Amino acid sequence: MTRWAMVADLRRCVGCQTCTASCKQANATPPDVQWRRVLDMEVGEYPEVKRVFVPVGCMHCEDPPCMHVCPSTATKKRPDGIVTIDYDLCIGCSYCAVACPYQARYKTDRASFAYGKATAQETQAFDPKRLAVATKCTFCVDRIDAGLAKGLTPGIDPEATPACVNSCITQTLSFGDVEDPNSNVSQLLAENQTFRMHEELGTGPGFYYIWDKKDREEVL
Amino acid sequence: MSFGPKPWHQTNWDFRAAFNFMFGSAGAGLLVVVAFSGVAGGALQAEILLGMALIGAGLISVWFEIGRPLRAMNVGFNPFTSWMTRESFAAGLVFALGLAAVWLASQPLAQAVALAALVFAYCQGRILQGAKGIPAWRVPALTWLIFTTALAEGAGLFVALTALFDTPARGALGYFSLALIARALAWSIYRSGAAKITVPAALAALDRSGKILIQFGTLAPLALLLVGWFAPEVARIVVLLAGIAALATGWQFKFVLITRAAYNQGFALPRLPVRGTR
Ligand code: SF4
Ligand code: SF4
Repeated sequence: MTRWAMVADLRRCVGCQTCTASCKQANATPPDVQWRRVLDMEVGEYPEVKRVFVPVGCMHCEDPPCMHVCPSTATKKRPDGIVTIDYDLCIGCSYCAVACPYQARYKTDRASFAYGKATAQETQAFDPKRLAVATKCTFCVDRIDAGLAKGLTPGIDPEATPACVNSCITQTLSFGDVEDPNSNVSQLLAENQTFRMHEELGTGPGFYYIWDKKDREEVL
Repeated sequence: MSFGPKPWHQTNWDFRAAFNFMFGSAGAGLLVVVAFSGVAGGALQAEILLGMALIGAGLISVWFEIGRPLRAMNVGFNPFTSWMTRESFAAGLVFALGLAAVWLASQPLAQAVALAALVFAYCQGRILQGAKGIPAWRVPALTWLIFTTALAEGAGLFVALTALFDTPARGALGYFSLALIARALAWSIYRSGAAKITVPAALAALDRSGKILIQFGTLAPLALLLVGWFAPEVARIVVLLAGIAALATGWQFKFVLITRAAYNQGFALPRLPVRGTR
């Protein structure tokens, strides 16, 4: 089985927001909607203060509360772990948005554009189906599917990889199949210490954060 | 976006969603009490219609909040896991049985409506509890708090309506008192659960509202009922006041729960990145 997942190395992220910009460009999200967001967190008290940049978004949970609550079955999970929204079924009730513990979902009732009037790119990418329904990060599922159809490997071949991962200037973000022990992400998880956010809630996020390397003995 | 890691108040559900929980549970509670109160004929018909109207008003209110109102029927597609779908089915049952009960002025049918209304009230509690992203809602005891608010508000509405025309029966007043006590108990159990997982701002909002629920929504009505017991000449007016107090405080609690205490989960890092030397 395949389980697509994202790995973010918190030691590497510099908060440049290139992934955010790249996602906005690739997915034509309107102002105030950031499917890939990078939090700028300040932790601790002076002089023991640390600044951490934390990429967040839909975690493509293994047991997604958004899917269980959805009354229209618009939200579904594919066998490869990607959580999808059918814009034609969604009634825009936002139940999924309050069920998601990662604040990953958006609903935009009216068309809006970065500079008021739509630019040529915004006009071309505008999709009225996405108005007044729930939206969120798709893991660039279209790129993954198209890439797989061409025999490419998501996470390795840029054409089959989510836009945010391709754009990351520090290689903070990695994408791949965690069920494949030889995949790039499985290697990263084997070599490093990771956590998943709000793990205690039992959602099984498909988004891992690296915070330190493993000791040599642990890796062996 | 300036949203930081700390929880902030959800902006997805506003007063329109709150109205569904306020009107819906009062309507459901009224349908329950009226079915077993011995009321018959025109009064039974009128009160069933009122109960259904309240549930309908709540649903219409939430219909104004959904993004795609013309697709509202899709709400019924997921009875397997969604309590919102189940709520809509329960509401459908309430309306179908309710109209039949009104048409035939039938008490057995009114009792069937009451059962559907109980399911509706339970579904409303489960809807909130299923919202895992809002700590103040996912407390398991909230289901029973919502359920008992429905019973207390419905009973309050019933005794207040009855007091407009007549002195309410002792049985109805006894049921009203028990519903008030059950609601207060459910609040205290819920509150201790909420205190463990909500942020201080959410708990402060809940506490302010809970205080009103206990003082003006439980103790004051019970005291008024006692006054009515010992002074029958003022019984109708004090019962009227007690009923209104129970209803109004229940509504204010749910309004606060949806629109003031609904802080989200925020973001949290159990570990900080180790950069450079360890
Ligand atoms: S992160 Fe939120 S929106 Fe994404 S799958 Fe999990 S619960 Fe659903
Ligand atoms: S907003 Fe759409 S996807 Fe979300 S719960 Fe409602 S119907 Fe489902």
